Amino acid sequence: MKVPELIKRLFVTKPRDDKKEITLPDNLFVQCPKCKITIYQKKLHANSDVCLECGHHFVLNVQQWIDLLADRKSWKPLFANIKPIDTLHFPDYEGKLKKLLKDEPEESISTGRCTIEGIPVLVGIMNPNFLMGSLGSVAGEKIVRLFELGLQERQPVFLVVRSGGARMQEGVLSLMQMAKTSAAIRRFSDAGLLYINLLTHPTTGGVSASFAMLGDITLGEPKALIGFAGPRVIEQTIKQQLPEGFQKAEYVQEKGFLDAIVARPKLRETLVSIFTMHNFTAPKDRFPWPMKKS
Amino acid sequence: MANEEVLSKLEELRSLARSQGVDLGDQINQMEQRVNTTVSQEPAAFPAWYNVQLSRRQDRPKPQDFVAALIDNFIEFKGDRCAGDDKAILGGIGTFEGQPVTVIATRRGSTLHTNMEYNFGMPHPEGYRKAMRLIHQAAKFRRPVLLFVDTPGAYPGIDSEDHGISEAIARSLSDLIGIAVPLITTITGEGGSGGALALSVADKILIMENAIFSVISPEGCASILFKDSTQAPRAAQSLKLDAKSLKELGLVDAVVNEGDGLHVSSEIGFKNLRTRITHELRELKSLDAGSLLDARYRKFRAIGNFSL
Repeated sequence: MKVPELIKRLFVTKPRDDKKEITLPDNLFVQCPKCKITIYQKKLHANSDVCLECGHHFVLNVQQWIDLLADRKSWKPLFANIKPIDTLHFPDYEGKLKKLLKDEPEESISTGRCTIEGIPVLVGIMNPNFLMGSLGSVAGEKIVRLFELGLQERQPVFLVVRSGGARMQEGVLSLMQMAKTSAAIRRFSDAGLLYINLLTHPTTGGVSASFAMLGDITLGEPKALIGFAGPRVIEQTIKQQLPEGFQKAEYVQEKGFLDAIVARPKLRETLVSIFTMHNFTAPKDRFPWPMKKS
Repeated sequence: MANEEVLSKLEELRSLARSQGVDLGDQINQMEQRVNTTVSQEPAAFPAWYNVQLSRRQDRPKPQDFVAALIDNFIEFKGDRCAGDDKAILGGIGTFEGQPVTVIATRRGSTLHTNMEYNFGMPHPEGYRKAMRLIHQAAKFRRPVLLFVDTPGAYPGIDSEDHGISEAIARSLSDLIGIAVPLITTITGEGGSGGALALSVADKILIMENAIFSVISPEGCASILFKDSTQAPRAAQSLKLDAKSLKELGLVDAVVNEGDGLHVSSEIGFKNLRTRITHELRELKSLDAGSLLDARYRKFRAIGNFSL
């Protein structure tokens, strides 16, 4: 018997009247997949979905990322009308797309503008539920447009990266998105603008070898897998056991490829701090504070 | 070469690798699988698979042979000034039709010994960093860069990851878009994924008639998407990785005719490539730096198919 059920049985009094059954919602408690402890859902949320016991970072969906990062009601989606095409007529691809788009209409990345502590930021959040967050023509175009808009408006860009790499079903069209996004970031960067990225679990393949490694400031989530080739491929190639912690964020940082590892509860303040030091601040006339002198 | 012969060579390779204390198990297994797949599949149903096999033929000229044939007075320059020299990438300067150029070529072996020396054509980060060093130098001295690419991909190993293969490839993509001299890439054999793309952000991408360019090896694609690596021929066909399909998709600028095929005779292919590069160079050299960079940006900016 699962612990939440046990608690339910122990603490919920049997209903006296069948019509007025008292129920505990199923998602009141969750179990940490790492340390197996049972956590009260609200407490977990209050800790940015990081296990209070072992620090395991729960996987967040796009909406949860928005809730975590953006000021309330500040998120405005951008480029959501860009939809995929099965150019190569790749086996099973069109059917898969149709099915996935029903639940995930924004494809493998959601882009938008929002404010973080009042600071206007352009944000992209990759969606692991859409073909492993793979980079295809749609994601490539959205990322490029985000950086082009940032260049035009002189605003910083923040990307939450999580992807298995380039999307096989779009062949070289998807491979070329690595070059296309890198080109747009280069123009953005040459204009003196700030691009911060957060590499989350997992960041691999063509994505790790393009825009994930081109941030001015590259942050990582604790324990995230970050690498070009997947550990299984490497193991098969070299027929050796991989070193402990291989390709985990902490290891990658030790090798010199991450600026900082930031635990999720500290993410917002870290971002605000960095933005502020790059002279990106909240417009003075937002909200009554600080009070305007009349 | 008959398949049995190849298999016996592979056995020989395996024992030699063992005696030298090098583990090449996976490469050997892969090759063995390729041979077996060749036997089991009907080529006519999957013409792209035929191109895959042609592009990988041992008797096909390697990128370094292209350099030898097209570049005069070549001098090799080594090292990334950071961690080492990667033999899987050849770099240097020479003259092409009398004008100085910087040359970058991936290197593949044609014998067991040279294959091991060049790591089966799979570069480490040091290789890409060397290439970028030499390309920045080319920009400084205002000479065009000719790149020749034939690689299964960047090397998937511990050293390669530890030294930042992702960063090295990403940096190459970012650097090449801003190099203010003409860049011409020729894919001569296998254009394997990010490892090939890192040397292909060029003003013109040329591809030899029997060469391929792919986001993933057909074997890898088949084992991931079709859960069966023996379906590589079908994957090859689906990936549209052959020169003709790539041209139709607008992903390469020109397909260079090989005559009877480079493995039969390289003369016609080399001659056609020389003509093509001469033509492209003349066009590109007529542009000022600003228009050159702008055109290169727009070329890559425009790639992608989606609906609005």
